[in-house]
Amino acid sequence: MSGQGWLGRLRAGLSKSSNRIVDGISSVFTRRKLDEEAIEGLEEVLIAADVGPATAAKLAGKIADTRFEKDVTPEAVRRALASEIAAILAPVAKPVGIDPAKKPHVILVIGVNGTGKTTTIGKLAKAMRDDGKRVVLAAGDTFRAAAVEQLKIWGERSGCPVISRPQGADSAGLAYDALQQAQRDNADVLLIDTAGRLHNKANLMAELEKVARVLKKLDPEAPQDCLLVLDATTGQNALSQVSTFREMLPITGLVVTKLDGSAKGGVLVALAEKFAIPIRAVGVGEGADDLKPFDADAFARGLMGLEA
Amino acid sequence: MFDSLTTRLGDVLDRLKRRGALKEQDVEAALREVRVALLEADVALPVVRDLVAKVKEKAIGREVLKSITPGQMVVKIVHDTLVETLGGEGEDVMLPADPPGAILMVGLQGSGKTTTTAKLALRLKDREHKKVLMASLDVARPAAQEQLKILGEQAGVATLPVVAGQRPVEIARRAMEAGRFGGYDVVLLDTAGRLHVDEALMDEVAAVRDAAMPLETLLVADAMTGQDAVNVGKAFHDRLGLTGIVLTRVDGDARGGAALSMRAVTGCPIKLLGVGEKLDALEAFHPDRIAGRILGMGDVVSLVEKVAETVEAEDAEKLAAKLAKGEMDLNDLAEQLRQIRKMGGMSGLMGLLPGVAKMKNQLAQANIDESIVKRQEAIIQSMTPHERRRPQVIQASRRRRIATGSGTTVPEVNKLLKQFMTMNKMMKKVGKMGKKGMLRGGFPPMPGMPGMPPRF
Repeated sequence: MSGQGWLGRLRAGLSKSSNRIVDGISSVFTRRKLDEEAIEGLEEVLIAADVGPATAAKLAGKIADTRFEKDVTPEAVRRALASEIAAILAPVAKPVGIDPAKKPHVILVIGVNGTGKTTTIGKLAKAMRDDGKRVVLAAGDTFRAAAVEQLKIWGERSGCPVISRPQGADSAGLAYDALQQAQRDNADVLLIDTAGRLHNKANLMAELEKVARVLKKLDPEAPQDCLLVLDATTGQNALSQVSTFREMLPITGLVVTKLDGSAKGGVLVALAEKFAIPIRAVGVGEGADDLKPFDADAFARGLMGLEA
Repeated sequence: MFDSLTTRLGDVLDRLKRRGALKEQDVEAALREVRVALLEADVALPVVRDLVAKVKEKAIGREVLKSITPGQMVVKIVHDTLVETLGGEGEDVMLPADPPGAILMVGLQGSGKTTTTAKLALRLKDREHKKVLMASLDVARPAAQEQLKILGEQAGVATLPVVAGQRPVEIARRAMEAGRFGGYDVVLLDTAGRLHVDEALMDEVAAVRDAAMPLETLLVADAMTGQDAVNVGKAFHDRLGLTGIVLTRVDGDARGGAALSMRAVTGCPIKLLGVGEKLDALEAFHPDRIAGRILGMGDVVSLVEKVAETVEAEDAEKLAAKLAKGEMDLNDLAEQLRQIRKMGGMSGLMGLLPGVAKMKNQLAQANIDESIVKRQEAIIQSMTPHERRRPQVIQASRRRRIATGSGTTVPEVNKLLKQFMTMNKMMKKVGKMGKKGMLRGGFPPMPGMPGMPPRF
């Protein structure tokens, strides 16, 4: 697994599907002139990367505005599209910043089921520990069977204490205890795991809001960060997820997982345009070191099948 | 899940409905919007193209142009094409003729394999009365084997004891052996999540398949999956020869285009739908119903079945008679409230009603408070049997006691009583008009709930 840089692996992953995109674009431009049909083809190529019909139309339109009826090479169109995409994503590429004045800086990790919240916390904990920080983990997923055990194993791997309660316990109460403990221990960071929940379940969303509310009793500014974990395989529903979770809690960042597959997470482009929420990190594997900062340029170029 | 698609297609086709005759350009215009709607619903591009082409071919022509209501004709064509793509008839999981038979669960990370495995085990145990053994082959994710074990305990299904350090293929062999010696009918093999592009892990699961020779190889896929659904479906199918698909998180608000994509690209039937976090939240897939839902026709069949499952027919008859005479008492109301909760609450029920899908957003904004049902139940439970039978005896001091007892307030008690009286009065009137038939299903308008919105 190791030996290859993360960029290399990300690119390798991205290239699996960007090959399709490249093929698509190349075949679109066999006629060399950028006409209506070519623009439409370009749009479909973007749609196939989960960019979404609306954003795809907009991006293709931009290319059309500047190059319509001109002779263009597939390579040039790719580069132009990549720089359009990078321009949209660059402002949101911001890693998590830990406020050193906060003891602890509280990070609440939320998302729908199966996106990789617990794994992401394990990776974050490892990275922060390597950075010399004192990290406490709160096993707030008290619903799913063995979720607590899963986080405990991550805690052992990274050498971070894990605050837990038995399955079925109140997650807000656990979060409160964990913050108290982290404050006593003078920890730098508290990472709180939560149970996955579908955003259209009002009662589960209210429960999440309660977690944030009780934290404020101990620290009015907590949680300092609220990270929404998104699965790159997700299609346009990601828009609905972000929009609904955001109504409940102030989302300060996104983490996009499973980018090492063939799904491109093109929906990130639409998300950046619509919500401008920072993308804090990307997950590119199951190992402890497979969480990387989001690089807009590399992502955009990778998406369009260009060398970094 | 398909509600958003319903809304979209509803909008498009409503416009068609309002026109007298259907011209070719109308069909074209409608299909453009159908295309965008399908893409926004995450149906994969090639599948969308296919679908649109098929609909167009069928729509533009004699039958449509000559039909009296062209809009309805197009609705039907789109509906039929969706059903066709989703697959003919609903198929259930195959059961072994020569036990034990293995069912192999595969899929990407986080698609819901472990939960689905436990749900399927419970379903086979309860519905088919099979003796089921579950085994976790997931040695990658921390505590995954532990998770299946706990779920097994919850479902009352045996799990293969965990032997630390064993590889998936060894576990699969051991599971099949345990299945034979233990007299099990079905052995469910839950595998680790894997990317379809990960050659090593795909080799591993292929080896597991060869060792277990499963009767069914089910791909567990998230209903929220985007365009990549075609790649995932194709890769798993090419490598393992899938026999079916289980779509999870169908209770979310994803439009679920993945259902169409995966079905189209693998040719495998969608066998089951995961519709909740509880272990009994697994349903059979019915293409016609889902297609109907896509088109805003409502999932009436599901609703009827759900009601039939939950409401005792005799009770409903009795209640209907009582209602007609305006003799319903608070016991009956409590019973109705309980049944509504059993059927998944108001929002669960309303999603199944024709025309309601379109209004679901408004409904969500209107904040139908599910807890109202619970609170009203609590109020009634705080009454004496006498009070429940004769609500008119409940004066001020009794109201105070009931409010305290149920943890509510006097105004809330008042409200319930008032609504109950109004309802009874109204039912009496309706009863006199001889419209008893409408009450058979056991659905009087509920206090505190908005009435059913009218269709069109």
